[in-house]
Amino acid sequence: MATIMRSRGRVLPVAVVLAALMIVWYLGCIALNSPGVIERVFADRPGWTTRELVIACWSMERPVLPAPHQIALDLWTSITEWPLDSPRNLLLHVAVTAQATLVGFVLGTALGVLLAGAIVHSRTLDRALLPWIVASQTVPVLAIAPIVLVILGSLGFSGVAPKAAIAMYLCFFPVTVAMVQGLRSPQRIDTELLHTYAATRWQAFLWLRVPAALPFLLPSLRVAIAAGLVGAMVAELPTGAQSGLGAKLLIGSYYGNTVAIWSALVMSALLGLALTGAVAGLERLVLRGRTA
Amino acid sequence: MMAVLGLALLVLVAGFSVQRCAALEGPRWAGPLSAALFGFWVLVLWQLGVTIFEVPRVLLPAPWAIVQSLWDHAATLGRDFVQTVLKAVLVGWALGSALGFAVAVAIDRAPFLQRGLLPVASLSSTVPLVAVAPIMVMWFGFDWPSKAAVVVLMTFFPMLVATLAGLQASGRIERELMHSYAAGYLRTLLDLRLPCAVPFIVSALKINASLALIGAIVAEFFGSPTVGLGFRISTEAAKMNMALVWGAIVVAAATGSLAYALLVRLERRLAFWHPSVRSR
Repeated sequence: MATIMRSRGRVLPVAVVLAALMIVWYLGCIALNSPGVIERVFADRPGWTTRELVIACWSMERPVLPAPHQIALDLWTSITEWPLDSPRNLLLHVAVTAQATLVGFVLGTALGVLLAGAIVHSRTLDRALLPWIVASQTVPVLAIAPIVLVILGSLGFSGVAPKAAIAMYLCFFPVTVAMVQGLRSPQRIDTELLHTYAATRWQAFLWLRVPAALPFLLPSLRVAIAAGLVGAMVAELPTGAQSGLGAKLLIGSYYGNTVAIWSALVMSALLGLALTGAVAGLERLVLRGRTA
Repeated sequence: MMAVLGLALLVLVAGFSVQRCAALEGPRWAGPLSAALFGFWVLVLWQLGVTIFEVPRVLLPAPWAIVQSLWDHAATLGRDFVQTVLKAVLVGWALGSALGFAVAVAIDRAPFLQRGLLPVASLSSTVPLVAVAPIMVMWFGFDWPSKAAVVVLMTFFPMLVATLAGLQASGRIERELMHSYAAGYLRTLLDLRLPCAVPFIVSALKINASLALIGAIVAEFFGSPTVGLGFRISTEAAKMNMALVWGAIVVAAATGSLAYALLVRLERRLAFWHPSVRSR
């Protein structure tokens, strides 16, 4: 009930902010597109009115800034008028990118959790390896993506594997760091209680440390999947990739097709929201009924 | 054969030495030392492994080859550094963070706007904002301003969210104390609430530093003039000149770590009173 009340208190402000954004956007269309309209559309038509100019700015082909309804229309036609397996259908590209992201996310999370378990139980790994993993968060690890692509490409991997590999290593770092923190979160008094129950080390890990780590792990999963999506999209950039949202963005920018770029951008934003929303839903499901 | 055996022996020596070092109880430097030792052995084994197994340079250049390439191409990488870091990253990071801070302070007295903006701002972290790079290239051209614009967009929201949270961080008792001093809104903001927000702001600056570096480099993958770290990485990778690619990555990594270290020093200077700083 409390959450409903809180969300109702936010709906109106968010709606107002979004509406203001839309108005700014439409005004921006006029400001940015009018020079082009005057030059290209109205060149042979002197005596145009302001009203005509505004309408032309909002329906221009290859505008500097497309109006929201143009993007919505482009998305709608691409989704409804082309079969699902056509490269003109954006859902195909969404599926390609989402697949790579999810495969990488699952692998990276599994790897991160396993390594965190090892780090917690090995003083050597804790002291020698963990500082490097923590330090890696200050470094733009995404920059290694082209190297990973070249290496995997020359080893004969293609398709989803290289993209998933990049998404995987981007997911891996935040998950590992958070999981180590979480596995260490039980207080001394809790571990001692399990000790008095004559619990083995393995039992203590399974029944105390892992449940205690979940509130740390799950928020890091949201960070991880967002990072993984960026990784998968960057992996689609090098020339040759034909499908995926990253490739769609690049192709759009080659041909100066602004509406197509914006459609791909909106789709990738929606994909990011959907993936993070799914992880957040999972989080709520797992942490349901917990007080802390 | 002998070489492989020797390498295997060296791996054992390396593992053993790191393990012994990590097991040292007393001195405080044992932790950092084992991390450094681990890094050192990785480099040594990388160098020897690549030489012994004759790994093609295209796959993995030896560390020494990367150092050589750093030295040989110092002038090129220096220009890339100026283009990407000193122009795109620094300008974008400063502008984006300043804008986020300014907007947060501006809407501090408008709870309605805060409730409207905060959900939008926190959702922005789930959206791949880097993807606006091709649009920015169209608007601001191929040179660094378009990269700086991407960085501004990426750094704006984290700073907005952090500053808003920081401004709420001062306790009720302190605020009531200020009230009893007859301190007005501005006085309270300057003397109590902004100082309380400093740890939040500095941690947003840290997050933004690495976001800005990633944003500028990745934005260059979408198109750039023939200079810049991201451009260097993507074109030299396509030309299979991997030593130089690794060199550019070393530059980027060193920049990221240096920026982080500087911001930690700034945090100690500004938020010396905060429990998280004092406990260190």
